[in-house]
Amino acid sequence: MKIHEYQARELLENAGIAVPPAIVANNASEAKHAFDELAKRYGTKLAVVKAQVHAGGRGKGGGVKLVKSADACEEAAATILSKPLVTPQTTAEGVPVTKLLVAAGVDIAKEYYLGMAVDRKTGRPVLIGSSEGGMDIEEVAAKTPELIIREPLSAEAGLHAYQARKVAYAMGFTGQQVRLAGKIMHQLAKLFLQTDASLVEINPLVVTPATEEHPDGNVLAIDAKIEFDENAMFRQKALTDMHDPAEEPESERRAKRFNLSYIQLDGSIGCLVNGAGLAMATMDLIKLHGGEPANFLDVGGSATEEAVTEAFRIILDDPNVKGVLVNIFGGIAKCDTIANAIVAAAKQVGFEIPLVVRLEGTNVEPARKILDAAREQIPMLTTASDLADGAAKITDKIGVGTAV
Amino acid sequence: MSILVDKNTKVICQGITGSAGAFHTKGCLEYGTQMVGGVTPNKGGQKDPNGLPIFNTVSEAVASTGATVSMIFVPPPFAADAILEAADAGITLIVCITEGIPVLDMCKVSEVLAQPRYRGVRLIGPNCPGVITPGECKIGIMPGYIHKKPADAEAKRSVGIISRSGTLTYEAVWQCSSRGIGQTTCVGIGGDPVRGMNFVDVLVMMNADPETDGIVMIGEIGGTDEEAAAEFIKSHVTKPVTAFIAGRTAPPGRRMGHAGAIISGGEGGAESKLDTLRDAGCHIAESPADLGSTMAAALGL
Repeated sequence: MKIHEYQARELLENAGIAVPPAIVANNASEAKHAFDELAKRYGTKLAVVKAQVHAGGRGKGGGVKLVKSADACEEAAATILSKPLVTPQTTAEGVPVTKLLVAAGVDIAKEYYLGMAVDRKTGRPVLIGSSEGGMDIEEVAAKTPELIIREPLSAEAGLHAYQARKVAYAMGFTGQQVRLAGKIMHQLAKLFLQTDASLVEINPLVVTPATEEHPDGNVLAIDAKIEFDENAMFRQKALTDMHDPAEEPESERRAKRFNLSYIQLDGSIGCLVNGAGLAMATMDLIKLHGGEPANFLDVGGSATEEAVTEAFRIILDDPNVKGVLVNIFGGIAKCDTIANAIVAAAKQVGFEIPLVVRLEGTNVEPARKILDAAREQIPMLTTASDLADGAAKITDKIGVGTAV
Repeated sequence: MSILVDKNTKVICQGITGSAGAFHTKGCLEYGTQMVGGVTPNKGGQKDPNGLPIFNTVSEAVASTGATVSMIFVPPPFAADAILEAADAGITLIVCITEGIPVLDMCKVSEVLAQPRYRGVRLIGPNCPGVITPGECKIGIMPGYIHKKPADAEAKRSVGIISRSGTLTYEAVWQCSSRGIGQTTCVGIGGDPVRGMNFVDVLVMMNADPETDGIVMIGEIGGTDEEAAAEFIKSHVTKPVTAFIAGRTAPPGRRMGHAGAIISGGEGGAESKLDTLRDAGCHIAESPADLGSTMAAALGL
């Protein structure tokens, strides 16, 4: 589960990590007031207006603007809010922006990267640091892997003080910075473990120019990104409330209510499959046959007839869908449940586009009888003998098929 | 021969009184697995509908039944604890079917199981279909009838199957069985990012098993375990390996159902996995419909 930057900032601040002052604004006039307020309270002369959307690459899409006055802040806010934001990580239509963060500008001496994730290889949480902050960390990892410091830690014991020192020195911090950065690392690890996060990123973490109070400069978190492990949300009720449903397509929200794992894509062949691996493989197969999948959909093992019927509705509501391929290999899932759902969906929604069904596994015989009996009701229905036959028939029927 | 489990394996079920645990205990018994009991706290002393004894703790179950394997159907919030209980009680093969365990819980489990005292303990899963030695022992949720034991294999060849995906394993089994290719043992290692046995752990065993003529390996996007497997295959595996990677069409950054199936940071993509597997001499199934035919060709059938 992803949250917005302003929410992540709040979590960092509550965890005791220093962040520059900022105010959330819902419209241009609130943004103007936010600038005035920052100027009054903190003497801010320069602020950053940032679109609050989950997608990354906001700067490249014009969703981050530097402003030097309240009027400029209002204007920048109006521009960002006026149209959907398109970034390298969104679709071509972009995502609507309804909230902005107006953050006080900070004098920066140097930028760093600090993050935490779960390392799949060791099965441990890992603290990640780099002296190359402020840019795409994935690019840094690819070009200069030696500049990425990784420190695995115990999920039980958390980050030890010596580990924080080790990472701080390796990242190039000196003097008082080591203690300040170490404290942030410690708080960050604690936050990660306590909130069941799957990813935390501070990019950039900055050192400010030297002052009397901080002779080696202060260390601040300028940007924050946090994602949580959806499997752990049962014990993180407060975080669940931070979820912004507007960030998901309507179809994915509907699917979630029925415990369906659905991801909207932009092809023309809807897929209804059980099992995540088989669902991915079915998408791959459609592509091999010259088609494009319209979605990823795993109905899961214990899907009810009601949930599967809803799944058909979601697929058929997508205007791009020109045909549907059902691919079920019953294990826990029972083929007859799926067959009954097909018949129910035909009654309730109707199939006006080609429907190709491939069933195998648990209770396949009763399932075939159910479909055979319903053939007259569902003229668009074709059955397939196996996986390849299914993909060939659906791509052929919508006229995109190429021989494999 | 087989790996991990056979007709003499004694199995208990943790979570035997839950709906999934009860349903699949029955399914395993019907297949011929030696299910010898189950564990549900506070139901010790009772019997399940099949007449199996229920115990309060895994320790009691092990002491009383001599079980060495546990099949776990405990709900996600309590499943990691169930794994640790099984290991502590002396269970040597833990098969965790449960889907949806918090990843940090699994980090803690893997930290504990790395201790020297648990050196002999193997964990399969979580979020997996289980393990089956056809004709002898089924532990998990897979449909038994699609499998073919080596003695029944018309083609006189049998393979081992390793997979991160449940239903895709069934697909591979079905395509092999329909071509007369038997299966020695099929292991679903699960779709979670932090799990027990990995491809390499199973490959070592299948490579050493004299009855296994070839290996079908089914990976998917996310992580670098397939790359590690490719390296091992290149230098150690002497049998033909057929490989398939699911998720070539998956968009980066999205989690495709399985918690572990995500392409992130330019890592975990299907093409790079396929390239390293191809380079390791694997026979690549380009389509999931070609798993059986690719394996048959690699076996010279």
